[in-house]
Amino acid sequence: MSTAVTCRQLYKRYDTGRGAVDALNGLDLEVRRGECFGLLGPNGAGKTTTVEILEGLIEPTSGDVEVLGVGWGGGRDHELRQKLGITLQETRLRDKLSVRETLRMFRSFYRDGIEPEEAMALVALEEKADAWISKLSGGQRQRVAVACALIGRPELVFLDEPTTGLDPQARRQLWDVVGDIRRAGNTILLTTHYMDEAEKLCDRVAVVDHGRVIALGSPRELISRLGGEHVIEFSLESLDERPVDAATFSMIEGVMQSIEESGRFLLTVSEPHRSIPDCLALLSREHLELKSLTTRHVNLEDVFVNLTGRHLRDD
Amino acid sequence: MTIEHSAFAQLVLANVRSYLRQPEAIFWTYGFPLIMVVGLGLAFNSDTEARLAFIVTQRAASDPVVQKLQADARFDVEVMEEGAALALLRRNRTPVVVSVDASGDVEYFFDPTNPDGAAARAVIDDALQRAAGRADVVASVDRRTDAPGSRYVDFLVPGLIGMNLMGAGLWGIGFNTVDLRVRNLLKRMVATPMRRGHFLLALVGSRVLFFVPEMFFLLMAAKLLFGVPIAGSYATVVVIALAGAVTFAGIGLLVASRARTIESISGLMNLVMIPMWLCSGIFFSSERFPDVVQPFIQVLPLTQVINALRAVILAGEPLAAQALPLGVLALWCALSYALAIRIFRWV
Repeated sequence: MSTAVTCRQLYKRYDTGRGAVDALNGLDLEVRRGECFGLLGPNGAGKTTTVEILEGLIEPTSGDVEVLGVGWGGGRDHELRQKLGITLQETRLRDKLSVRETLRMFRSFYRDGIEPEEAMALVALEEKADAWISKLSGGQRQRVAVACALIGRPELVFLDEPTTGLDPQARRQLWDVVGDIRRAGNTILLTTHYMDEAEKLCDRVAVVDHGRVIALGSPRELISRLGGEHVIEFSLESLDERPVDAATFSMIEGVMQSIEESGRFLLTVSEPHRSIPDCLALLSREHLELKSLTTRHVNLEDVFVNLTGRHLRDD
Repeated sequence: MTIEHSAFAQLVLANVRSYLRQPEAIFWTYGFPLIMVVGLGLAFNSDTEARLAFIVTQRAASDPVVQKLQADARFDVEVMEEGAALALLRRNRTPVVVSVDASGDVEYFFDPTNPDGAAARAVIDDALQRAAGRADVVASVDRRTDAPGSRYVDFLVPGLIGMNLMGAGLWGIGFNTVDLRVRNLLKRMVATPMRRGHFLLALVGSRVLFFVPEMFFLLMAAKLLFGVPIAGSYATVVVIALAGAVTFAGIGLLVASRARTIESISGLMNLVMIPMWLCSGIFFSSERFPDVVQPFIQVLPLTQVINALRAVILAGEPLAAQALPLGVLALWCALSYALAIRIFRWV
C-alpha cells in the first residue's frame, strides 16, 4: 500500500451563532507513504480542520477518510492512534512538568516507542531534560511537542503549523528536526502558511483556499506553472502623478505575467538577462524614472498570489 | 507493569507533580483552612471570660455605687458625663448607661429591642441588688458549657473540613479540567492512544489521594491548638471524608464537563458552591433555616457531609448510623459521574 492518507470530497460545516460556515468545500487529498506533504494556505483556509479530521479528532459533515488504510470510528481507532504522531496548532503542555516527565507520560500511552532520552536527542533538547516546560523558550516548547509526537514511533506524523510564532533561528532548528524525521522514512503531513517552509521541507504541496485544494504538485512544479522562474521587481519615481498600467510591461518579450502591487511591478520571466534591458529601454522611451529594481526566484508566495490574487499572509 | 510504563500511574504522577509544584495551591489547601480554624477558634474561644463593658455617669467624686461596680471583676466600667454617655449609647457603643443620682438610686438607659442591652441591665441590676443585701429566694446553680466537645470551635472544625472537601473537589477538579481544555491539552491527550477512563480516574484519584492527609492535618491542628476531641473512630471519619471527596470531585467534573473558558468555570463554580456555603451549616447549624426550605438544604451534599462529620467527630456515632448521609452522597456521586462522562467535551 503506497498511500498513507486518502480523503475524498470532504465537507465540514460549522454552525455558529450567526449562521453556518463552510470550513471545507469538497477537499480531496492523497498523501503517499514516505513523503513530506504540505498543506499550504492562508489562515482560515481549512488546513487545521482537514488535519483534525484526519487525526480523528473531529468528524467531517460528509466525505470519506482513510488513514493508513483505516477509517475512523470503525472500532480500530485505538490501534490507529498507536501509529500516529501529532502536534496540534497550539498546545500548552503542563508548565510544572519537566521535559523528561512530559515525554515519559506520553510514552506510557503507546505500546511501542522510543525512550524519552532518544526523543530528546531527536529534537536536540538533551540539556533541557530536567527543565520545567514553563522555563523553555517558544522554540524549545515546540520541539518538545514534536518529541511528544515522535515518542510512539509513529508511521505517520501530523504537524499543524509547527513553526508559527517562532523566531527565524528557532524555525530553522525545527526544519532540521522535520528533515531528520523525513529522512528516517516517516510520512509527514504538515500545514503551514509560510511559503519558504513548504518549499524547504515538502516533497509535494496542496494549496488550500476556501476549503478546497486549488493546486497540487511539487513546489518546483507549482512554480514552473507560472511560466517563468524569475521575478523582476521594480518601482518607479513619481508614480502618484503618472499612474502606469501593469499591462504596459506585458508587451516586453519574455514576460509571462505582469502585475502591480502597492506601487511595485512584478514581472515573471524565464530569462531576466534578456528581459531587463528591454524593460529599461521601454522605461526610457516612456520617460519613466526607475526608483529601484531587484530580481529573485519565483516562490510559492507568487504561486499563491497568481492563483488567488491574494497574499498568504495579510500582515 | 512498572510505574514508568503504566499510563494511569503516569497520569496520576503528572497531576501530583503539577499540584505539589505550585506553592499557592499548598497554601489554599493547608494554610487557609488552618488560618480559619485558628482565627475563628480564637475569636470564639478566649480563655479569659469576656467582661461586660458599659458606661456609668457619676455625681460625686467617690460614689459608693460606682465604686462597687468598678470593684466587680465581671465589669469593665467607664465613667463619663450623662450627655456624652447617652450619645455613645445611641451609636451602640455601650449596651447600657447606668446613671446614679445623689441619693444612690439607679437609672438604666438601654434599648429593649437590643438583646445585649436588656441582658446587661439585668446582670448589673442583679449585682447592685445583691451588694445592697438582697437575698435570692430560689436556689440556682450555673452549669457552664465551655468544656471541650461542646464549644463553638468544636462545632466549627467539622464544618471547615466539609467546606475544604467541597472547595478542593470542585476547584481542584473543575478548574484543572478547564485549564487543560483551554491549553488544548485534553485534545492532545485524546489524540494519543491514551484511555479516556484512565485520564478521568487519574484526575479524580490524585485529588482524593491528597484529601486524607489534608483532613488529618486540620483535625490534628484543631486537636493540638484547641483540644477539639474526636469522639468517633478515625476510620469512620476517613470513610465519610472519602465519600465526600469522591462526590465533590464528581460534581467538579460535571461542572467542568463543557466549560471552555476559565471565566465560565469560575461562574459555574460559584453558582454551585454559594448555596452550600450559605445553607449547609459550615458556621452555624443548617437546622436554623425555616422548615419549608429544609428539604432543599438536606439534599445538598455538603449538608450531609457536615452532618455526618459532626455526628462522628462530636457525638461519636458509628458508621452504621450514617446511612442517610452516605446514601445521599452516593446518589449525587452516581448522577454526577454518569452525566459528566456522557457530556464531557474532549476536543
